[in-house]
Amino acid sequence: MGRVVVDVMPTPEILDPQGKAVAGALPRLGFVQFTSVRQGKRFELTCEGPVTDEILAAAREAGEHVLSNPVIEDVVAVYADESARADA
Amino acid sequence: MTRIGVVTFPGTLDDRDAARAVRLAGAEPVSLWHADADLHAVDAVVLPGGFSYGDYLRAGAISRFAPVMGSIVDAANGGLPVLGICNGFQVLTEAHLLPGSMIKNDHLRFVCREQVLSIENIDTAWTRDYARGERITVPLKNQDGQYVADERTLDELEGEGRVVFRYSGVNPNGSRRGIAGITNAAGNVVGLMPHPEHAVEVGFGPDGAKGPRTGTDGLRVFTSVLHALVG
Repeated sequence: MGRVVVDVMPTPEILDPQGKAVAGALPRLGFVQFTSVRQGKRFELTCEGPVTDEILAAAREAGEHVLSNPVIEDVVAVYADESARADA
Repeated sequence: MTRIGVVTFPGTLDDRDAARAVRLAGAEPVSLWHADADLHAVDAVVLPGGFSYGDYLRAGAISRFAPVMGSIVDAANGGLPVLGICNGFQVLTEAHLLPGSMIKNDHLRFVCREQVLSIENIDTAWTRDYARGERITVPLKNQDGQYVADERTLDELEGEGRVVFRYSGVNPNGSRRGIAGITNAAGNVVGLMPHPEHAVEVGFGPDGAKGPRTGTDGLRVFTSVLHALVG
């Protein structure tokens, strides 16, 4: 079993209302060290065999066409999760 | 009688109100099911509001891949009038029939209010019964209603007169340039965030000039398409 992680973040130009809300809540709980928060999405795609170059290419394509909307989001990382094999 | 399809996805909420608006406008509403690619020979299509697929992934993102959407995209590119309201507008942007996207309201809260809109384009299939510059009042209710697009796209929309509805008075969700609704270049596909289908019958709509709940400003969206189809 293999696993690919796809990380999606709101584009820098787009205001991130959820990140803004979290940033507002942190200092109220005593976390005053952080000046801003951006909230994105992490997708974990599991496959039968090992993570091959083809699997990574398919994950990249899924990231661009389905998992993100390029108008408001960027795919910032697509990588094999090496810990997945130990879980299997 | 003119047949107007109203699509139901899992999680659609306003399909029955949209069908009622179609009937009050003088057309026959035809229920279309998300999993059925057959458009049943309708003359126009309404994608109603709600939370299709629970807004999972992104609002409208999963609905875009429903079998019925493939047929609607093809038909829309061939000139079929298509109206997307609220979540339906989000589906139209995800399906690339309209540019831009919607993100969470800038103030982070759900908004539900009677909203004044100015009509900026009366040449679309869905707005020809209005007057240019006319102000109408219809309900607005959304979570992800902040219309966004890059500056170039916004300039194009403005330059080509493709902003159809603009928020008047207040901008209720932080939408870029106060945009409430837009059209494609051909004028047959229109999407808007507010709900004209909730302002079509005395007794059930927003407050109007004749008293509480007398507002029926939304009805002409639906009569417009009838006139566009016979004209």
